Amino acid sequence: MSILDIRGLTVQFPSRKDVFTASRNINLSVDAGKILGVVGESGAGKSTVGNATIGLLEHPGRISTGEIHLDGQRIDNLDAESMRKLRGKRIGMIFQDPLTSLDPLQTIEFQLVETIRLHLPLSKAEARARAVDLLDQVGIPNPDERIAQYPHQFSGGMRQRVVIALALCADPEVVIADEPTTALDVSIQAQILKLMKRLCTEKNVAMIVITHDMGVIADLTDHVAVMYRGDLVEYGDSKQVLGEPKHPYTQSLIAAVPRPDVKVHRFPQVDYIEGSAKPFKQIDISTHWLGKARDYKPVEGPLLSVKDITMKFLTKNAWTKRNRQYFTALDKVGFNIQAGETFGLVGESGSGKSTMARVITGLYHPASGTAHFAGQELTSLKDKKQVLAMRRQMQMIFQDPFSSLNSRMRVRNIVAEPIKFHKLASTNSEVNQIVDDLLEHVGLGVAAAARFPHEFSGGQRQRISIARALATRPRFLVCDEPTSALDVSIQAQILNLLKDLQDELGLTMLFISHDLAVIRQMCNRTGVMRHGQLLEVADTEKLFNNPEHAYTKELLSLMPGMDDLSRQNLEEELVTA
Amino acid sequence: MFGFISRRIAMALMVMFVVALISFLLFRFVGDPINQMVGIETTPEQREALRERLGLNDPFYTQFLRYIAGAIQFEFGNSYQFKQPVADLIGRRLPATLELSFASAIFALLLGVPMGVYTGLNRDSWLSKIFLSVSLIGISLPTFFIGILFIFLFSVTLQWLPSFGRGEVVQIGSFWDTGFLTISGLKALILPAITLGLYQMTLIMRLIRAEMLEVLRTDHIKFARARGLPNRSVYYIHALKNTMVPVITITGLQLGSIIAFAIITETVFQWPGMGILFLQAVQNVDIPIMAAYLLLTAFIFVVINLVVDILYVVIDPRLRSERGRA
Repeated sequence: MSILDIRGLTVQFPSRKDVFTASRNINLSVDAGKILGVVGESGAGKSTVGNATIGLLEHPGRISTGEIHLDGQRIDNLDAESMRKLRGKRIGMIFQDPLTSLDPLQTIEFQLVETIRLHLPLSKAEARARAVDLLDQVGIPNPDERIAQYPHQFSGGMRQRVVIALALCADPEVVIADEPTTALDVSIQAQILKLMKRLCTEKNVAMIVITHDMGVIADLTDHVAVMYRGDLVEYGDSKQVLGEPKHPYTQSLIAAVPRPDVKVHRFPQVDYIEGSAKPFKQIDISTHWLGKARDYKPVEGPLLSVKDITMKFLTKNAWTKRNRQYFTALDKVGFNIQAGETFGLVGESGSGKSTMARVITGLYHPASGTAHFAGQELTSLKDKKQVLAMRRQMQMIFQDPFSSLNSRMRVRNIVAEPIKFHKLASTNSEVNQIVDDLLEHVGLGVAAAARFPHEFSGGQRQRISIARALATRPRFLVCDEPTSALDVSIQAQILNLLKDLQDELGLTMLFISHDLAVIRQMCNRTGVMRHGQLLEVADTEKLFNNPEHAYTKELLSLMPGMDDLSRQNLEEELVTA
Repeated sequence: MFGFISRRIAMALMVMFVVALISFLLFRFVGDPINQMVGIETTPEQREALRERLGLNDPFYTQFLRYIAGAIQFEFGNSYQFKQPVADLIGRRLPATLELSFASAIFALLLGVPMGVYTGLNRDSWLSKIFLSVSLIGISLPTFFIGILFIFLFSVTLQWLPSFGRGEVVQIGSFWDTGFLTISGLKALILPAITLGLYQMTLIMRLIRAEMLEVLRTDHIKFARARGLPNRSVYYIHALKNTMVPVITITGLQLGSIIAFAIITETVFQWPGMGILFLQAVQNVDIPIMAAYLLLTAFIFVVINLVVDILYVVIDPRLRSERGRA
């Protein structure tokens, strides 16, 4: 019999106007020692299921029908006090962001001992001993010393281990993990997943892992439940669901996942995913303003050539030069990008890849080194005219679609601004026509022009960013993690759009990502970065098949395995090396 | 930690030095001090002799150094109007003002913090709504008006509390007289303390409420609940402490202004404190008192700021690592 049994769960959020149903008639169960994955995109209602189980639905959410049974006992109708006593003792929970999950003003010891003594009848010393033991189990070195430290003294991965230790304080029967590795780097993610799997078996805990990441599902779970818009669309053995998905949504979701193991031309557009159909008119690029008058002289050799770029940030100021401390963000990095290719930079957080993008676009001035773009030296540009001309040729697409658009400007003005600034069109009506065409072409439609950024979803905003970047008729695009804030299906659309634009306009791209699978789909050549150093540059296919540097090998080996994922819908798109 | 505090103290000394300079310049260049001291019939020779005797002909820096040396020993010269040493005058008035400020700060904190926590936790209760609307009055009515209202209500109509003065005071040592030890002293303290503290109470309450609402939305509070911690410890151990840093900043600054700017309340209640002394000094261009008052006020602010800075570090461990992590 299952430890946790969810039967016909429906959660509703009543508002003044109507009732929003976050999850509808959900049936799930988990056995001890097993891991159940709940997967879906944002708004699927997967977190709602977790919150309902632990009794922490946000106001005004409530369970309208259905029952939740923990080890045979019904728990959804318990009063608040009994439910509180259950939390932490019998059901533990792990949250997404380890940096904010711990109280920054209390030591780890205080938080652990507080929780342990709340649930178990132990003395202070016994509780402390148990806490040290728990920290040891979750893999924190020197637990006896580190327990006295504050959260800010731990790295992100270590903090997530502390969070796990806190969730396991009273040996709960069920642990719910809500996106436990989303905020972590690949290598840390691999460690945490391994740890969770180990603890699950050792402690015979039933675990529910809520995630949007198919890789995590494939790697970690025994069973999987796929949710879409509050409905449970498919539920079963993980291998089977991933390998032979039955529901069309599952099929399209799996097809949209970038694979580290195979390369596709384009991601299949599946009608199930909203917004994938393109009702908008396509402009003929070759005769349009966008394609015409691209008066760039062809370059001999690489379009962009970066040499020995070093970038330092001051971390500790002092009166004397000798006592100042610096952090080296880029350490003699050099590479070439040929016209028309997509060059990838991959690395974990803090590896310096975004800093590189900012140096190239002129947002940072490097301490030393040179960068040539189309034969012109970038770092020493002084003449304002030259700087402007350079900026026009290079545009950037940022990671966060929410903060990279001015929320007080209408979309028309956002896209028109660069055209007017660089005086690329002579009349206002011409500018408006160009903006309309751009919005059509990136798949937003003319109607979008009159609206404000907050009226759009993340994917649509990223389309606005792309339209804005194209508005100067650039030949070089810097994409800094353009899809890492987006859902998989939306990511697939945006990546397709970028590929199409590149084909149509012959754009050269610098594509920065932490996601190896995305890199493989997008880039011709790729550089691997770590701690500000460029370790290896190779053709992407070669990099994935025969990595040379040890770190590249390690990164590749840490990728969650997706060999079992179905290749339905992908067959036609597969690129064979 | 030691380095941090000594850096802060060095900065505080710098501020005091600059203020001393300004206060000295005020003393030296706003009007001729000799004119203020002597009568019309004094001859130019006598004036010159007095000038020489007071050292007013010495070079600028000698005079400044002498001024600082004096200030360190609480020597600010004689008041023009009272012909008494300024230090004595202020010393006699200081306890009254400090006791009033202290009482009103305690009043503001003891009521403001719990009210802030309560309104933060029970946003929709009718009591919260009453607190918030009453506090709106506290923040929007001018102090003198509230003071007069209180006098009218509690002294004139109800005749519960005295309308002016400090009541009976008890002398402690040679410097301090206190109203805390007699019934009439305490009764006299109530109205002015509330009048003075009402604004600060409102500010503290609203600040704590806003911070509470903010902190309760954070992930670590959600995680604390998910561990089954009872509301008591979620609210008072994890949430309240996290609201403290901005609250301490504001409370510290406000405490400084309570002490320095109690003038209006002291005037309304005829409180024999420094405020009235300062007001008289302004009316009679009594520069030595004004200069000393300026220095004292600056000193109080600097000390409070120093304490606030140290409290930050005590509360927030992230500030202890000497800006170690970027």
